[in-house]
Amino acid sequence: MATLFGSGIKRREDPRLITGSATYTDDVKLPGLTYAMFVRSPYAHARLNTVNVEAARKAPGVVAVFTGRDTKDKLVPVPCAWNPPGCDLKTPPHPLLAYERVRYVGDAVAMVVAESRAEARDAVDLVEVDYQPLKAMVDPEKAAQQGAVQLHEEVPNNIAFTWTVAGGDAEAAFKSAEVRVDLRIVQQRLLPTAMEPRAAVASYNKGSGQLTLWATSQNPHIHRFLCSVMLQLPEHRIRVIAPEVGGGFGSKIPAYADEALCCFAARELGRPVKWAEDRSENYKVTIHGRDHVEYVEMCGTKAGRITGLRTRVYAGLGGYASTAAPGIPTILHGLVYSGPYTIPNIRGVIHGVYTNTTPVDAYRGAGRPEAAYLIERLMDLYARKIGMDPIELRRMNFIPRDKFPYQVATGLTYDSGNYEAALEKALSILDYKAFRIEQAKARKEGRYLGIGVVSYIEICGSGPSQVAGQIGFGGGQYDSAIVRVFPTGMVKVYVGASPHGQGEETTFAQIVADEFGYPVENVEIIHGDTDTTAQGWGTYGSRTTAVCGSAVKNAALRVREKARQIAAHLLEANEADVEWKDGKFQVKGTPGKTKSFAEVALMANVAWNMPAGVEPGLEAAAFFDPSNFVFPFGTHLCTVEVDADTGVVTILRYVAVDDCGPPINPMIVDGQIHGGVIQGLGEGLQEIAVYDDEGQLLTGTMMDYAVPKASQMPHLELGHTITPSPVNPLGVKGCGEAGTIGSAACLVSAVCDALEPLGISHIDKPLTPARVWAAIQKAKGAKP
Amino acid sequence: MIPASFDYVRAGSMKEALNILAAGDGSKAIAGGHSLLPMMRFRLVQTPRLVDISRLEELRGVQEYKKGVRIGATTTYRDLVASALLRERCPVVADVAGEIGDIQVRNRGTIGGSLAHADPASDMPALMIALDADFQLRSKKGGRRTVKARAFFKGAFTTDMGEDELLTDILLPALKGAAAAYVSFEQAASGYAIVGACAVVARKRATVSELSVAYTGVGEIAFLGSTFEQVKGTKCDPAALEKAAREAVAGLDITGDIHAPAEYRRHLATVAATRAVQTAYQRAGA
Repeated sequence: MATLFGSGIKRREDPRLITGSATYTDDVKLPGLTYAMFVRSPYAHARLNTVNVEAARKAPGVVAVFTGRDTKDKLVPVPCAWNPPGCDLKTPPHPLLAYERVRYVGDAVAMVVAESRAEARDAVDLVEVDYQPLKAMVDPEKAAQQGAVQLHEEVPNNIAFTWTVAGGDAEAAFKSAEVRVDLRIVQQRLLPTAMEPRAAVASYNKGSGQLTLWATSQNPHIHRFLCSVMLQLPEHRIRVIAPEVGGGFGSKIPAYADEALCCFAARELGRPVKWAEDRSENYKVTIHGRDHVEYVEMCGTKAGRITGLRTRVYAGLGGYASTAAPGIPTILHGLVYSGPYTIPNIRGVIHGVYTNTTPVDAYRGAGRPEAAYLIERLMDLYARKIGMDPIELRRMNFIPRDKFPYQVATGLTYDSGNYEAALEKALSILDYKAFRIEQAKARKEGRYLGIGVVSYIEICGSGPSQVAGQIGFGGGQYDSAIVRVFPTGMVKVYVGASPHGQGEETTFAQIVADEFGYPVENVEIIHGDTDTTAQGWGTYGSRTTAVCGSAVKNAALRVREKARQIAAHLLEANEADVEWKDGKFQVKGTPGKTKSFAEVALMANVAWNMPAGVEPGLEAAAFFDPSNFVFPFGTHLCTVEVDADTGVVTILRYVAVDDCGPPINPMIVDGQIHGGVIQGLGEGLQEIAVYDDEGQLLTGTMMDYAVPKASQMPHLELGHTITPSPVNPLGVKGCGEAGTIGSAACLVSAVCDALEPLGISHIDKPLTPARVWAAIQKAKGAKP
Repeated sequence: MIPASFDYVRAGSMKEALNILAAGDGSKAIAGGHSLLPMMRFRLVQTPRLVDISRLEELRGVQEYKKGVRIGATTTYRDLVASALLRERCPVVADVAGEIGDIQVRNRGTIGGSLAHADPASDMPALMIALDADFQLRSKKGGRRTVKARAFFKGAFTTDMGEDELLTDILLPALKGAAAAYVSFEQAASGYAIVGACAVVARKRATVSELSVAYTGVGEIAFLGSTFEQVKGTKCDPAALEKAAREAVAGLDITGDIHAPAEYRRHLATVAATRAVQTAYQRAGA
């Protein structure tokens, strides 16, 4: 029987998304709605003297104005919820509204609530704030030095934590190594830029004491919990609804002050409160990503065997530690330092550093692209140093396909893999040998062609909850599904994860429909409402399908098992003799005696004739907690031409071979890879958030922050290999971040290969024309 | 992004529009709104009144004018792209219009709005200066007057226009056998030019007989290069051209920004000018 699993059917969520009939948070309208806007610090670092709100309070339409002094005793500071073990994390309180000091441009000092958005906006200008500006620190490496300006008195040298990963004996490996390469890398700060900025609508019912928050959330259950902490409200009186959410890329995981303040104001005023960012506000206050300064080195033999990797990383955290921030440059970064390779000796020291910038947290890939980038840059340097083809160096150091499950030096155990297969497939799609010939010819003509390669692994499908506890994550990492069958046999599935563009309303329905012998139309997926779904941990880290999808499958199987018992009763057969076959229940060896799933569903729901001891109804819940993470992998290749006269990089071809296990919906997988690769190429080519020395964000709008446009991006040639994971019943691995992990590194690899005749081995991303030209000028100047 | 409050009037006639602007109270004309509205939303511009001139038919369209063309100020980029007459008489303007923004921007944005806005990185000013266009202006008090494009731009976002004046028409002279080319390097985020250069070249057989090169994006203002005389009389000699292109921006005080440091911008200007002249030279010979 043909299955829906593996079928590239169209996304069921798209008709409403592309015809404007979806309901986003900012579309929610309630009677008596008021509108909030925030007064935000124009200084990156300043003492806050007085905040005079008298004029604003009297302005037309203004309902209320709150300052930090009004809220500090009523609200608990924004929590940080990830405390990796052994790193002495210091998280000074992050007040929802500042009352003593501001620590980044955009730090809120007052909240204006008015009858209309325009009136709120006008009143913001009437709030008079007396700031006493202080010197700002924006660079994480400089901020960590002795004598640097202190952001928080209780955090010496602004170092929030120092975390170490170690396996083998890196010191000995480097001491005795034949070959060493090293590099200083700046992994620039990025702006996540979800298509929908953040928004919140909060409504508090004074009679019942119930708070409802509609919010742009990737994880409504986590937000329910953190809201209950900040607001000191019992968790069961809070309902968080994530309606349609227009992307997140990690930026909608954290708890923010703004949403909680809407809840606070709604409770104080007895009227619903709405707030929605515009893009400028989004760039200023919604979390940023990356921001590493890294000193990295690799060692090994002349023959190309890599024996060690060492790093020292300064990871910028911004003014405060955001919800998951400490876990990103540590657990999600340092633990994957082995990449797809057998590197026996690893040591990384990571400093998390406070700076006078917007807080940094998880952004697509979150720690793993930074790891893949530094590993792959070092691999390229290493190959060049020993005169080996960079492809060959990778092939030689891959974890062999017959060694899985494989424990790397950092302690992780990779579930399954076949790295050679993905590499070979990419090489054959591109025709590597032909390109090298073309490149040699072009070099003779004075043209600069290059090819980049990256082989990556990532850690996804988080994860075992026990491990989550061990690594200091402030919550579980299982997920949940409730499968409910209606009298007509139609099915609704309530899931704990909270997709926001990834297509699980389609893929999860494919999983369930297969188990019931149904067309996909018979199944609806409900997510994003804490009052209808069971506890779950949200959608991020490419975990939703591997973890929540497995709960969906298990719940569906539980339902079907109960239905089988009822079917046996209806077929007047022994339970043991009834099997699910060809999409229906049938008595073994008696092909004519069958019941469809829908027939059984009707009987279960009306319960006129049930087997003894079996309860009416047909539904089941399942919670799935995986035994390990999953480790997707792949190889990307990219060819470029560099115009040496202008520094302009033209991407000629981009080949991505990714292995995320068996695809449930290949079209959706390709879409995820497309988005991921493009986001990574944006990082490689043109995206960078720039602060000046005073902590002003110079790339505060899309006129200066270069999110990739379709016209700037190449055609992508995709390939897949399929290596199932043994750690979940679907065998899937996750593909949401895969494309992003290696693509920035791949582009930089290609450009550095193109410029090899000039002696250029590394240029920090993004490879804007100005940077590439400057590197070429420097290289030419350095030549005799 | 919410602008401060303002009144809105849709002008039913040219006279009505000019009357409102004549009041001198800071009222501003609006057509496509693609430059003005963002500035209002950022509250960089506050105006008591917008006068919408986008429905004044007489300000729209491309017509024949002394073997050149007359372009109404509120003609959209889309209409420039679609104009067969413009494509025949002065294809470079249609080509560049087709590269501005995206389809939505081209459907709304107008050439006159862009020129009156005088963004120092906008493409059109360089074209107008190189092509030696004339701009026709009109006000209640001063009636009609004509300003050369080469005298119109006074500084960043500053022009020769009075507050009470409307830009009504852009007059492009006949090319008379010359050809034009525009080469620009875009800032990846905004799509505006880091630098752009427009060259207009006439040739007698293989020899350059007339040559003008204008720049945008290099400084505060679009301007005409003054060093290209030395290329005239040559067969577009590469050495002479490169020297002229270098000298054209050598003495300029160029400000760098996060997208292009000053020296890179200066270098790109020479590359853009060189490539634009070479392409125009080839086109003129075709």
